[in-house]
Amino acid sequence: MGTSGVIFLSSGLFLGWSLGANDAANIFGTAVSTRMVKFVTAGIVCSIFITLGAVISGVGAAYTLGSLGAINAIGGAFVTTFAAAFTVYSIIRFGLPVSVSQAVVGAIIGWNLFTDSVTDVNSIVRIASTWVACPLLSGTFAAILYVVFKYLLSFVKVHLLYRDACTRIAMILTGAFGAYSLGANNMANVVGVFVPVAPFSDISLGGFHISAVQQLFFVGSLATAVGVFTYSYKVMGTVGKGLMPLSPFAAWVVVLAQSLVLFIFASEGLEYFLASHNLPVIPLVPVSATQAVVGAVIGIGLCKGAAKSIKWSVVVRIMCGWVITPVIAALICFFALFFMQNVFSQRVYVPKTYLMSDKVFDRVVEEGFSAGKLSTLKGERFGSGVEFIHAVESRVGKLTSEQQQLLLNTAENVRIVIDPDRIENLDTDLFSSDELAQIKELSGQRFNYRWELQKALVKVSPDWQYRPATILNKQYNKMLSQKLTVIENNFVVRSDRKKTNCPVD
Amino acid sequence: MNLSKGLSMFSSSRALENKIDEFLDRISEAGLIYKKAIHVFLEHGVTEDFVTHAEQIGHIESRADELRREIETGLYEQNLIPDLRADVLSLVEDLDEILNAYDASGYRFTIEQPVFPSTLQPDVIAIVESVTNSVEQITIAARTFFRDFNSCRDYIHKVRFYESEADRIGTKIKRAIYSSDLPLANKMHITSFVEMIDNLADMAEDITDKLAIYVIKRDN
Repeated sequence: MGTSGVIFLSSGLFLGWSLGANDAANIFGTAVSTRMVKFVTAGIVCSIFITLGAVISGVGAAYTLGSLGAINAIGGAFVTTFAAAFTVYSIIRFGLPVSVSQAVVGAIIGWNLFTDSVTDVNSIVRIASTWVACPLLSGTFAAILYVVFKYLLSFVKVHLLYRDACTRIAMILTGAFGAYSLGANNMANVVGVFVPVAPFSDISLGGFHISAVQQLFFVGSLATAVGVFTYSYKVMGTVGKGLMPLSPFAAWVVVLAQSLVLFIFASEGLEYFLASHNLPVIPLVPVSATQAVVGAVIGIGLCKGAAKSIKWSVVVRIMCGWVITPVIAALICFFALFFMQNVFSQRVYVPKTYLMSDKVFDRVVEEGFSAGKLSTLKGERFGSGVEFIHAVESRVGKLTSEQQQLLLNTAENVRIVIDPDRIENLDTDLFSSDELAQIKELSGQRFNYRWELQKALVKVSPDWQYRPATILNKQYNKMLSQKLTVIENNFVVRSDRKKTNCPVD
Repeated sequence: MNLSKGLSMFSSSRALENKIDEFLDRISEAGLIYKKAIHVFLEHGVTEDFVTHAEQIGHIESRADELRREIETGLYEQNLIPDLRADVLSLVEDLDEILNAYDASGYRFTIEQPVFPSTLQPDVIAIVESVTNSVEQITIAARTFFRDFNSCRDYIHKVRFYESEADRIGTKIKRAIYSSDLPLANKMHITSFVEMIDNLADMAEDITDKLAIYVIKRDN
């Protein structure tokens, strides 16, 4: 585990490095380019707060593996992460800011193609819509903030030097907040998938306890900090002055607009807060920090009537970079998986099988699928998600993305055995003692489908039942989904751990 | 770390603010003394009082030079107002040139002791009034550039007004000089002094032209 763990983890660290090299520009690009904050100061603040965010707030999200959690073999996760990181590195070599999460999604699409898994069309639509919606939103925000703050500041008669000092402090504070959020939200996506193979163990010194996950996240943060110091300067230049020259005040407005757009349109916490206080809810839309920053700079340029000073050729290059990022990541991932599997003989995925058993048939009919049309599939087993969905679509016609996911989740054939000895592997920070006791009640039971396990848990306690899909229940259902995934992964029995393309059963 | 850095940032910028204010105070003070000195000169010639005033201007100029150097060093060392630093330095240097001109003018009166006919004295006092007013307005304009740049334009306008007033009076004096019976050498000598005084207003106007551009640049 030790050496291979380090090797597998290396691609996570590479992704962490590219996250630092790319995303530091979103946070401090305008501040550094306007010479309001020195690069070294920005790098130090960025590194400290990314680390704090990752170790303090990010560890809680370690189970929310994000998109990479869908990859079911560590070799595959290694290659997918590497492909995303390499793509980001290749694009930022040209000084162009990219979205790391979109590179990851692109790499996962490559993994899906290689493994014949079904790609959620919504994830592609989400990426494409972000390219347009996010810059528009942040551009509008930046323009409004610029006009409002400029108007307000016209009443404040402070000395130019005092204002300069205030702007610097505001830039550093906003940047520190941005860096903390970056560490808290993204470290789980970068190294979270490597938690099981990381060569760390819990350390206790006196009353001070550092968990293995915290150590892993700390190492991930160090990789990000190295990325900030070694490679972010060029991208900062593009964001801060490559698009158009910015005044320090405008530079601060850009960072503020970006933070606000991410907070308002991507924060489930805010959505829950508004809903729980009977306030109108702002719809959540997919946003990316990189695309928000670029949109904000353009928004201010247009607001100032300085469209001519915007370097549109740079804008076009950046947008091309956004579009090709997921495509390149998918291609690199696809070919790298081929090499990993056939040249290095590494397992890159655990094949999934889908079985239209009577139980599954009854359940999908309950969900509204035509019993008559699907009856011919009864008892059939499929070696991949794509094969299964094709078979269903040939009978019932085109399925929506939600219907596809529903069918895949219902028919995925797994072997879950509640082994009492493995209950202690479950994290006590995630599960309460009552919940662990409820799981224990299922000791010895076997399940062939993930949903069967949930059904059994619901019989023990209704708390395991999903609540109606409302905004107020969103957090609860999300947490429940995470817990169920952790339980399933803990008790799942894999029949083949060496070969890559043997069926599970 | 950030808190102490933030506090030191505020304290160092406060110290520099005070230096800039003191620098502008010195220019304003030099203008008042210069005006007083010319009055003394026209009434009594190069007296002890006049010499004292000329020396006062010299001391002010030396102190202003020190302040200018400290401001320049502070702006660069502390990396303050990076976008406007070059403009502020240029402004401070240009204003310092006016002080140098006051100083040089005072010493020139001491050395050359020009003889103004009594009929011209009211006009000489008027031109000195306009010139010192234009310099006073440029110091106010510079002060507002640092605090309330929207009002800066008003003072820029006043500088231009006093400069054209000084030009008008200067031309009037020169006409009067050359239509008088004074010897040519005397005429040329006095004229050079009128031009030297008028030049102070021209310098102030040149600074306003630059300041107008700085204001546009500061307008984000």
